Amino acid sequence: MGTPIPMEKIIEKKPYFKYLRLDKMPTIWCPGCGIGQAFRAACMALDELGISNDQVAMVSGIGCSSRTPGYFDGFTLHTTHGRALTFATGLKLSKPELTTLVFTGDGDALAIGGNHFIHAARRNIDLTVVLINNWIYGMTGGQVSPTTPEGAYATTTPYGNYEPQFDIARVAIAAGATYVARGTAYHAMELKKLIMDGIKHKGFALIEVLSPCTIVYGRKNRMSIEEMYFWFKENTIPVKAWEKLPEEKRAGKIPRGVLYHDDSRPEYCEVYWNKVKQLSGGE
Amino acid sequence: MAKLELKYGNHACAEAAILAGCRFYAGYPITPSSEIAEKMAELLPKKRGVFIQMEDEIAAMGAVVGASFAGLKSMTATSGPGFSLKQENLGYAFMVEAPCVVVNVQRGGPSTGLPTQPGQQEIMQSLWGTHGDKLIPVFYPGNVQEIMEETIRAFNWAERLRTPVVLLLDEVLGHMRETVDVEQFEEGKFEVWNRKMPDVPPEEYLPYRPGEDDVPAIAPYGTPGYRGHATGLHHDYTGFPTTNPEMCQELIERLIRKVQRKQPEMEKNEFYKMDDAEIAIITFGTTARAAKTAVDLAREKGIKAGLMRVVTVWPSPEKTIEDVAKGVEAILVPELNMGQYVLEVERCSRGACPVYRLNRANGKIIYPNEILEKVEEIARGGK
Ligand SMILES: Cc1ncc(C[n+]2csc(CCOP(=O)(O)OP(=O)(O)O)c2C)c(N)n1
Ligand code: SF4
Ligand SMILES: [Mg+2]
Repeated sequence: MGTPIPMEKIIEKKPYFKYLRLDKMPTIWCPGCGIGQAFRAACMALDELGISNDQVAMVSGIGCSSRTPGYFDGFTLHTTHGRALTFATGLKLSKPELTTLVFTGDGDALAIGGNHFIHAARRNIDLTVVLINNWIYGMTGGQVSPTTPEGAYATTTPYGNYEPQFDIARVAIAAGATYVARGTAYHAMELKKLIMDGIKHKGFALIEVLSPCTIVYGRKNRMSIEEMYFWFKENTIPVKAWEKLPEEKRAGKIPRGVLYHDDSRPEYCEVYWNKVKQLSGGE
Repeated sequence: MAKLELKYGNHACAEAAILAGCRFYAGYPITPSSEIAEKMAELLPKKRGVFIQMEDEIAAMGAVVGASFAGLKSMTATSGPGFSLKQENLGYAFMVEAPCVVVNVQRGGPSTGLPTQPGQQEIMQSLWGTHGDKLIPVFYPGNVQEIMEETIRAFNWAERLRTPVVLLLDEVLGHMRETVDVEQFEEGKFEVWNRKMPDVPPEEYLPYRPGEDDVPAIAPYGTPGYRGHATGLHHDYTGFPTTNPEMCQELIERLIRKVQRKQPEMEKNEFYKMDDAEIAIITFGTTARAAKTAVDLAREKGIKAGLMRVVTVWPSPEKTIEDVAKGVEAILVPELNMGQYVLEVERCSRGACPVYRLNRANGKIIYPNEILEKVEEIARGGK
């Protein structure tokens, strides 16, 4: 869709627009969907860090969340379901100078891609993973995912979900990720900051984004767009405040912010290329 | 002057890959292919290349395509079960036109099968293993010298056509030590192709706009100004998804056409005593070695046998097989499977002569005397 206002004028006001492939819009996302918030936050983060389009690769798997790279004017790769991190590993290791973002979903990263998720975290490779956790398989029409809350409805849990939920952050930390954060589509500016710190971090950075799947999850669970955003506002609290809460008051509350940050562990590409330097006799 | 060196099949494959310019290897251990990974792990870091052992074969294939987009010549090697796991991302490589080489050192299947014994059971899977229509070049050398030649050729065609190329070996070839004349692999003595780069300024750049040869010139990711998108979905010249029926049809036709139109140049066979042959044996790889001896044994007994050893398995040497069929009384296709390539030979020979089979799937090779017996039977007018 064309725009009546000249691009330069828009970029002056909203510099992160330079990362958008406006000619590919409108996006495929439904009204109210949270993925756009995460995408905007990522673009704003890149802009604030002064990283140019030519310095960024964005890789994704398959799903609504994974459609993001199509709208991002950088070096973008929309790959196969669950495997984004494997492609990103090959790309990043070959071109460490490219800031490499991965956009993925809860099903993409944790069900079919769970193994790759664990191993990319273990290697501590310098990827910034924006994981859109919308508690559902959005793209395929609302099937249960590894993060669907217990009791919630999905097209494949018509009597309510009876499987336990994955705690993504804990999985990532246990596997070896060195920057783990959680934000929400409601807390947009905070999310930008979390992604910014994730990009700056040298190592595997995971930013889990609690994001409403308004059309599929919302409809199945009788929540309106407003109710979903409101839910994130009411049920998540900054991690600092959460830590101060007594155990009994933590129930049902989700901490947001930087949950784990460790700068002491070496980053994979750096380790590899240093080895190469040694072996090939300097330079 | 020949410069002879004793080389181990799988190592020869790794060494030749490096010669061809391979600078990225991702793999997952599996018998009988692991020595390729081990050799690459040793050689690549010293060549400022990347070696990585991934968490499984799916990941290895993904990493290879990622590295290919970064502009590196990339390769992975595996066997039966691992080859099955790679299929989805192999199809992705075909669709997004990521040059890469996938080696399958065939063992006995199906499933875990016979891990330490040879098979030729992926003749069809190499082409049809991943879903959807496609045409992927598949090369199958027959000795260690040729493993080196074919590895280099596989890289060259992968880069030229921007396609994955499958290199088939088998357990016997991979684990065989043989003398190689390395002179032909000295620098400058063999051809090395590199993928073409865009010849338009960034403003005019469309990553998936094909050239006259049906091959697009996609810039390596990170090339300033030449940003682009790639997706396994049907896509337009910008690389962006489309469901436009004309574009979708043209995309698949082009992907197949770009390989098919090079078939004559890609075709490679060895003919042994075929000039006056009345019975032609058509086969490949390890089985062709036995067949060659069988030809000599048959001729000692006065039977005019000959061998057509196929090296470029796909795209199919249709015309050549048809011509062979027209010139002989009968064709025999021995292979270490329950009858795969014979189907292609039957198709290509168009009924010009009877086509017989000799099949085995128990991990044992087919010995020359067994092929001889079959040839004698055919010569006697039996089957
Ligand atoms: C191998 C494979 N299996 C299944 C699918 C179908 N599929 C497409 S997207 C998807 C789930 C996506 O869920 P998620 O990762 O949570 O992304 P969302 O759409 O919710 O953003 C599935 C199962 C596929 N494309 N490939
Ligand atoms: S289905 Fe859900 S996740 Fe997908 S675009 Fe619509 S609202 Fe977003
Ligand atoms: Mg989801």
